[in-house]
Amino acid sequence: MLDLYSPGHSPLHRMRPSLKMGALMVGATLLMINQSLPITVAAALAILALYPLAQLTLKQAFAQVRPLLWIFVLFFAVQWYFSGLTLATYVVLRLAALILLASLVTLTTRSSDMIDTMTRALRLLRPLGVNPAKVSLAISLALRFIPVLAQIMTEVREAQKARGLERSVIAVAMPMAIRAIKMADDISDAIDSRGYRS
Amino acid sequence: MDTALKQGFATKDIVYIALFAALTAALGLMPPIHFAGAALPPITAQSLGVMLAGAVLGSKRGGLALLLFIALVAVGLPLLSGGRGGFGVLVGTSGGFLLAWPFCAALIGWLIERDSDASAVKTGIYVAIGGIALMYAAGIPWMAFIGKLGLTKSLTIMVAYIPGDLVKVVLATIIARGLRRAFPTL
Amino acid sequence: MIELQNVSLSYGDREVLRDLSLRLTERRIAIIGANGSGKSTLARLLNGLALPSTGDVLVDGLNTRKQGRDVRRKVGFVFQNPDNQIVMPIVEEDLAFGMKNCGFSKAEIAAKTAEILARYDLSDLREHPAHLLSGGQKQLIAISGVLVMEPDIVVMDEPTTLLDLRNKRRIARAVAALDQQVITVTHDLDLLTDYDRVIVIDEGRVFADGLPAEVIPAYQELMA
Repeated sequence: MLDLYSPGHSPLHRMRPSLKMGALMVGATLLMINQSLPITVAAALAILALYPLAQLTLKQAFAQVRPLLWIFVLFFAVQWYFSGLTLATYVVLRLAALILLASLVTLTTRSSDMIDTMTRALRLLRPLGVNPAKVSLAISLALRFIPVLAQIMTEVREAQKARGLERSVIAVAMPMAIRAIKMADDISDAIDSRGYRS
Repeated sequence: MDTALKQGFATKDIVYIALFAALTAALGLMPPIHFAGAALPPITAQSLGVMLAGAVLGSKRGGLALLLFIALVAVGLPLLSGGRGGFGVLVGTSGGFLLAWPFCAALIGWLIERDSDASAVKTGIYVAIGGIALMYAAGIPWMAFIGKLGLTKSLTIMVAYIPGDLVKVVLATIIARGLRRAFPTL
Repeated sequence: MIELQNVSLSYGDREVLRDLSLRLTERRIAIIGANGSGKSTLARLLNGLALPSTGDVLVDGLNTRKQGRDVRRKVGFVFQNPDNQIVMPIVEEDLAFGMKNCGFSKAEIAAKTAEILARYDLSDLREHPAHLLSGGQKQLIAISGVLVMEPDIVVMDEPTTLLDLRNKRRIARAVAALDQQVITVTHDLDLLTDYDRVIVIDEGRVFADGLPAEVIPAYQELMA
C-alpha cells in the first residue's frame, strides 16, 4: 500500500508506535519551549544522528525538509531583516528539527501498525460514544476509495481533455463527485448485503 | 438528527465519511497552480475537499470526514498535495491550517444546516466563513508562532492566497448545490 | 425459494414495478429487459436492498420487510461494478469482511479464503491490493466475497456488463458451476442458453416468462 514507511530492523523500528508518538509529543513540546540557539543546534544534530541509527540515510532526512525549503528561505530572510541572524537561524533550525523528529516516527512505523494503535486507543473513547469498529471500517473504506477515486479522476480528466477542459476544476470535480456518490450508495448496499451490522 | 445521534451512524453515513476523506486525498492529485514563481507554495485543490465535505455532508459527517483524513495523514500516508504526509507536516508551518480542517468543515456544515434554503450567495458566504475565515484564524497564528513571524507578517504572506481561496469557495458552492439537487437524500 | 406477492414499487410518483407476482423456484433464472424496465430494482427486492411499496417478498417464508438481516444471509448479491462491491483494500481482507460480520472463526475464515481463491485460480492474489486487479479478477473476487458467506441463493445484477468476452465466459463458467440457485439480471443473451427460465420485464410488468428458446425471440422482437 502507499506508505511513507522505510523498512528496517532498527531499535526505532521495533519500538512500540504508542511510545514513539508519546516521545514525539514530548520532544516537540521541549523544542517549542526552548529559546536557546545552542540547545536547538544540539537538538537538531542529535535528531539527525538518530537517522543512521534508524537505518535511514541523510538523503532521506533531507527529503523530509525539502518540500519546505522555500518557506525556510522566506522565514530566514524575513527574520534576518527584522530581527537579526541569531533569531533567523533559531527559527529555521527549530522548524527543521521538529520536522525531522516527526518524520522519524513516520519513516520507522508502518501505517497499518499506526492505525492499529489508533483504533486501540479509540477504545478509551467508548464512553463518549465512539465505536472503534465503525472507525476501523471508515479507515478501510477510505483506503479502498482513494485509488478508485484517483482512477475516476484520471478517466474524467481524459474525457474532459477531449473537450479542452481538463484543467477546469469544476468540469472534473462535478462528474467525479457524482460518480463517487453513486459508488458510495452501491458500496453501502454491498456492505449491508454482506451482513454488516451498523 | 436526534434519532441519528441516538442510533449512531448508519452504514451509509460511514461510507460517506470515508468517501469525502478519500475525495480530499484525491483532490491532492489535481495539478497544483504555481504562482509567484517558486517563492510561495502552490495553490492546491485540496481545501476544496474541506468545503465540499462541510457543505454536502453537514457538520457532523463533514467534520468527521476531515478528521479521518487528517488522522490518515498523521499515521504517515502521503495524502497531502505533493505526496506529503506524516507528523512532520502537521507540526510544520501549515500545521495550523491542516489541523483546522475538521473544524472548518464542521462549521460550514453547521451554518448550512441552520439555513437549508439559503441562496447561492448565502451558501457561498457560509462556505467562506468556515473555509477562509476560520481556516486563516487558525492557520495564521500557528504560522506566526512556529516561524516567530508575528501576525502582521504572516498575514501579509497569506494575502497571496485569498484570490485562490475565493475561487474555491465559488467552486465548492456550485458543486455542493449541484450535488444536493442530484441527490436530495444525501 | 423466493416468492413475490402483488409487489409494486414507486419512487415518488414514478411507478417502477407494477403488481408483480412470481414464484422463483428454478435453479437458473434470468431476468432481462431494457434499460429502465425495472429489472435492477426487481433484483434489489430479492434480498431486501429495496422494499416494495405494496405487497411482500418472501424468501423461504421470511419477509424481506421484517427479517431483512436473515434474508441477506440467505441471498447473496453480486453488483454490476465490482469496484462498488469490494469493501476492503486487500483481497483477503475483503473476502474476510462478510465472514467476520457473520461470526465465522479465524480458522474458518482462513480455510474458506484459501479454498475459494484456489477454486478460481486466484491464490497468488491473496495479499494483492484490490484496485490493482483486472476487471475479470475483480468480479471473481466480488463473487467470491459473496460465496464464502454460503448463501442459499445468489442474485447477480448484470455481473458481466463491464467485462470483455473472455472474462464474460470465465464468469459464466463460474456461475454455471455453482451449487446454489442463481438469479441473474442481464443484457447478455449469450449467457442464457442453459438457463431454466427467463423472465422479460417491460415497463414494470412481466412481458414474457418461460424457457429461453421461447422467450428470447419474443424479447428480441420487443427490442426491435
